[in-house]
Amino acid sequence: MATRGFFGRRQSPEIEARLPPGQYLEKGFPVLSAGPTPIVKHEDWHFDVKVGPRVIKTWNWDAFNQLPRSKVHKDIHCVTKWTKFDTNWEGVLVEEILKAAGLDAPPTPYVLAHSFDGYSTNVPFKDLADGKGMVALTYEGYPITSDHGGPARLLVPHLYFWKSAKWVNGLQFTNVDEAGFWELRGYHIYGDPWKEQRFTGDP
Amino acid sequence: MSDANAAPERLEWQEAAVESVAEQTPEVKSFFLKPPQWRGFTAGQHVDVRLTAPDGYQAERSYSIGSAPEADAVELVIEKLENGEVSPFFHEVVAAGDTIEMRGPIGGHFTWGPRDGGPLLLLGGGSGVVPLMSMIRHRRAVGRDVRTILVYSCRRWSEVIFRDELIAEAASDPNLSLVLTITREAAPMAGVRMGRVDMKLMDEVLEMFGPAVMPKRTFICGSSAFVDVASRLLLEAGIPFGSIKTERYGGDPARAEGIAPVPES
Repeated sequence: MATRGFFGRRQSPEIEARLPPGQYLEKGFPVLSAGPTPIVKHEDWHFDVKVGPRVIKTWNWDAFNQLPRSKVHKDIHCVTKWTKFDTNWEGVLVEEILKAAGLDAPPTPYVLAHSFDGYSTNVPFKDLADGKGMVALTYEGYPITSDHGGPARLLVPHLYFWKSAKWVNGLQFTNVDEAGFWELRGYHIYGDPWKEQRFTGDP
Repeated sequence: MSDANAAPERLEWQEAAVESVAEQTPEVKSFFLKPPQWRGFTAGQHVDVRLTAPDGYQAERSYSIGSAPEADAVELVIEKLENGEVSPFFHEVVAAGDTIEMRGPIGGHFTWGPRDGGPLLLLGGGSGVVPLMSMIRHRRAVGRDVRTILVYSCRRWSEVIFRDELIAEAASDPNLSLVLTITREAAPMAGVRMGRVDMKLMDEVLEMFGPAVMPKRTFICGSSAFVDVASRLLLEAGIPFGSIKTERYGGDPARAEGIAPVPES
């Protein structure tokens, strides 16, 4: 049913085709987070791969930066309704991280990403495979600032952006799809923007 | 709490009747909504609204709830943003008797109830006071013994949302203190401060809790810059990282629509 008196501000068909339902185009890069911005120094930074509770590989900042890098160019979609086009990131693809951890195949189908601030978010491994997920180290050619999740953040741009965990410090393989921080607080377990899976129970 | 094995309950869109509209400041209005199926909410939560044009085009935004869970209607407090698509529509078109599509409540992090206890420190910048107001009103209904301080920063005296209610509330409740600061003009009356939130003000606020008393929970809501400054000052003052919850406006001020809460971006 139409809302009385609302006509809205349609975008061009080219822009609308790139906007998932309910999203609007944002030119800036808003910062949203659940708490204060943690300042993680390079000397304190570490990144772990875990299988269940077991740590199978840890890197420090310098070692992690030796891993093979890739670049991606993607649109990103925040569940708070903004979408930003054409963002450029460089980092280490999750499949490269696995390889460097000595894993030929994912040990379990699900991953829980962890962050320095205690945040976590769950992503099925298939959504991190084949170049779909990376641990990003630069944004638009510069180190990622702390307010945007630096030194490193997960990047899973085809899902709502809360899945792209800021201040990421590890990937944990889990046997079941364990809900992370926002997923336990009313947000969707998977978060596909094109299906508008914002909140728990959205189809 | 729902059975973990049951299919999760969906937040359905519903047509809420607009019961009334009230001007809070020249740029801020309250919209009192009556959603037909409403299961209540926790102070600090928000809702999504969805507007539909005759050709089917839709726009969605999130707005915080300013009313207490006990109130008869759900009060959405919406700041008019000059170049906005949705907030000017609310300000210029929406009237009592309209219906607005909404769903909620949303957000399980930036919330407070009496079980969370206190002392409670609330810091709001501009319209960031809205979810904090819900907490203050809820506290009035069910938790007046919780020692609470609200630090509220506005650019101008005329932009102080809920001004009379907050001043009266703080005057009548010895457990509630209001620290109001105005950043872009002189303070209009005694007891109102001038200038941005800084270490001096934060030290004074923390001293108000009393010797060796720290706020157990802190909620900060406002622009990203306001939240950054306030949270950094609190961390420097020794407030534990994990006791601070933040909510930042989504988008830069020229484009953001009201308060768009929270997941990480």
